[in-house]
Amino acid sequence: MGSYVPATAAERREMLDAIGMKSEKELYADVPASMMLDHPLNIPSGKSELEVRNEMTKLAAENKVYDTVLRGAGAYDHYIPSIVKYIPAKEEFLTAYTPYQAELSQGILQSIFEYQTMICQLTGMDVSNASVYDGATAAAEAAAMCRDRKRTVTLISAAAHPDMINTVRTYCYGTNHELRVVPAKNGVTDVDALKEMLTDDVASFILQSPNFFGQIEDAKAIGETVHAAKAQFIFSFNPISLAVLNTPKEVGADIAVGEGQPLGLPMAWGGPYLGIMTATNRMMRKLPGRIVGQTTDHDGNLAYVLSLQAREQHIRREKASSNICSNEALCALTAGLYLATVGPDGLKEVAKQCMAKAHYLCMALCEIPGVELKYNGPFFHEFVTVMPKRDEVLAKLDEAGILGGLEVEDGILWCATEKVTREQLDRAVAIVKEVLA
Amino acid sequence: MKLIFEKSVHGRKSDLLPACDVPEVEIDAKFARQEPLPLPELCETDISRHYTQLCQRVHGVNCGFYPLGSCTMKYNPRINEEMAALPGFTSIHPLAPAASVKGCREVLDTAKQYLCEIAGMDDMTFQPAAGAHGEFTGVMLIKQYHRARGDLARTKIIVPDSAHGTNPATAAMCGFEVVNIDSAPDGCVDLEALKAVLGPDVAGLMLTNPNTVGIFDENILEITRLVHEAGGLCYYDGANLNAVMGIVRPGDMGFDCIHMNLHKTFSTPHGGGGPGAGAVGCKDFLKEFLPRSVMMEGEGRIQVRMFEGNFLVVVRALAYLKTLGKEGVPEAATNAVLNANYLMRKIQGTFEPAFDRTCMHEFVLDLSEFKKETGVSALDVAKSLIDRGMHPPTMYFPLIVHEALMLEPTETESKETLDEAAQIFRDLFELAHKDPAYMQAAPHHAQIGRPDEVKAARSPILRWEQA
Repeated sequence: MGSYVPATAAERREMLDAIGMKSEKELYADVPASMMLDHPLNIPSGKSELEVRNEMTKLAAENKVYDTVLRGAGAYDHYIPSIVKYIPAKEEFLTAYTPYQAELSQGILQSIFEYQTMICQLTGMDVSNASVYDGATAAAEAAAMCRDRKRTVTLISAAAHPDMINTVRTYCYGTNHELRVVPAKNGVTDVDALKEMLTDDVASFILQSPNFFGQIEDAKAIGETVHAAKAQFIFSFNPISLAVLNTPKEVGADIAVGEGQPLGLPMAWGGPYLGIMTATNRMMRKLPGRIVGQTTDHDGNLAYVLSLQAREQHIRREKASSNICSNEALCALTAGLYLATVGPDGLKEVAKQCMAKAHYLCMALCEIPGVELKYNGPFFHEFVTVMPKRDEVLAKLDEAGILGGLEVEDGILWCATEKVTREQLDRAVAIVKEVLA
Repeated sequence: MKLIFEKSVHGRKSDLLPACDVPEVEIDAKFARQEPLPLPELCETDISRHYTQLCQRVHGVNCGFYPLGSCTMKYNPRINEEMAALPGFTSIHPLAPAASVKGCREVLDTAKQYLCEIAGMDDMTFQPAAGAHGEFTGVMLIKQYHRARGDLARTKIIVPDSAHGTNPATAAMCGFEVVNIDSAPDGCVDLEALKAVLGPDVAGLMLTNPNTVGIFDENILEITRLVHEAGGLCYYDGANLNAVMGIVRPGDMGFDCIHMNLHKTFSTPHGGGGPGAGAVGCKDFLKEFLPRSVMMEGEGRIQVRMFEGNFLVVVRALAYLKTLGKEGVPEAATNAVLNANYLMRKIQGTFEPAFDRTCMHEFVLDLSEFKKETGVSALDVAKSLIDRGMHPPTMYFPLIVHEALMLEPTETESKETLDEAAQIFRDLFELAHKDPAYMQAAPHHAQIGRPDEVKAARSPILRWEQA
């Protein structure tokens, strides 16, 4: 019941007079009459703010909010500190456009520069861009950075997230390049198969660790194998896990990418999320998207600007490194804010508690007769079990307000974060036990 | 101001989590992080003040006029933010069982229904996270369509030279050769130039209408007919949809698929560079190729990202559409066009429009004569506007107009704001004739003076490092 148009009817009349028009119809004189909509849009009439609020609140209420979330698989239910919710809602951050005009965008530019720095600190990598859409598109863009005339094929581990594999495949299909999937064995990348597949047309190999099944891959050894074949090593990480696990730099990544959602972003049924994208200095000028750099103004004051723009679509058009323009700036600001809020000790604590709770859940589940751990390698905060009556187990958990693990192959992929208490875990385990008894 | 790292004090922290209530687990040394984790250490007061200082150094739509052409910087209603923050939306796992996400599904279904009606399309995906991502998704529909018919000879996409840079970049990402065609003098498609490149090797045309100079291409039916006759498809870049929503539909102009920038036309905030959402609509015959569909060659499914898309952005757009409804949508469009024409005429006589005719939601000023007279460039005028509290227009775009400034006031600005803006332009026009040097050194009262971009690119400093 409104269009947020401030002009009153009298003002509109005045404005039409000022431009010498009799009616608003004249504004559209260039539009062929035969094409104009000859009926009102077939959507409901506009509503008041109160009605809209009621309708939207009702829609939200039709979703089930679980007390306990034991499902991950690419989206994780972490605790979001209050301040991490409040600051990104500040209207200036929220309503600004991409900081093309540095002179009135220093706040946004500095926030991105700080984000880039924190991501480098977290990953050990030399350089980070300002973000891409999500972890899967980050992997797809990374693959494109590695290809050249001779090396055109991308390899990806079958133990990577299936949505990521499909996204990389779609991007490869776009540019008419081949993607080959390296099989998994016992829940991790089959290194023997990888060695065979590393032919001299391979540009890069994408490894995710912890992988889709939660297993920690022997990334360092795999990286050495990839480099021995003169291909580039793309490493996909979970940012929380890096507080305690090897950094991409330590495992020898040329490009490291990750889904930034665990860093203070709600699960929100899939988005907005954050594609983290980092590289070594050698790859810097191939990175897609925005990058903020530090410089000075004509008086020598420190200043921040969008930099290295010669890579980008608005300059290079069809020769650009990517078509990306809008990215996920506010999510990057949120991730930086989250990292600064929890600090180094806090992030380690989150990571350790995730790991401890997932291992506690795993042990308790595997003590139940009939439940078996599917893969025996080390894991971070996700693992796969096999058990009878899978559907019934998940249904009973659901009834109790618990979102159980995800059905994967013949098992269930479980996840625990710092948010769940021992009591919640015990309750879930008791339900599983009851169903299987 | 200082960087957050320079405010860090070792040992400072916030207490956020209880002590761990289950036994700790040791990490195998082989996999444990070796290098230190040098993140900043602050307490909540430090954080709050740091980010408040940062936000005081940002010009948002809430701060003042923001006529950034092609970006549709309309007001972002607060109710939409509140609705997108409802726990019933934010706490939903993307892989939760279908029965538990009926509300989310209905948000997408309803938004799809409204947006398809506005676009004149039959089906839609919300997977793309931004406009350019939508273009990629849309042009992939065109690619899949031709492949499905076994028509492998169509390797080219036509893009006018007035197009957004994302268009040719997208076509390249979809494996097509880009055929750039010159625009007619009025910025519209040159029909003869189009005919000259159409043939059995053309997969499609990417076009925005109103075009990037803010003019509605009146030959549009002829353009789409010619492309279809040659066996190609027509892609609509929805960046300029705000001018015509509820008035004329891309589907009725002959377009086969379209992306809509929910963060432009449908009032969701841009967040300083995202997140956006690039909803992609298509006609019935293309829907079998939308994301999640089976890839035409090889194995797997088309997917342009994880999960369903930037869902919370769609929530905001739906709240906006419910507010506007069938009356408000065309009303917003009409007033966007009225505001643009009013501002253009108010400025005219000093700075001159590149095309002296009725514009749509935006118009382009051509400052090449003015620069010859005064030595003051479009850049200098833009920087001088900053001193007057106004966000500059889009500069040096489209490429077909030299010394271009592109203004898009949007419908949510009042007559007073437009009158004030016009006065500022007139003042600057005078100033340029009196004291060009002052304008060439602008801004004088901003957070910083003009930054040295050459230095930034030649010796890149892209992160802070401990001294």
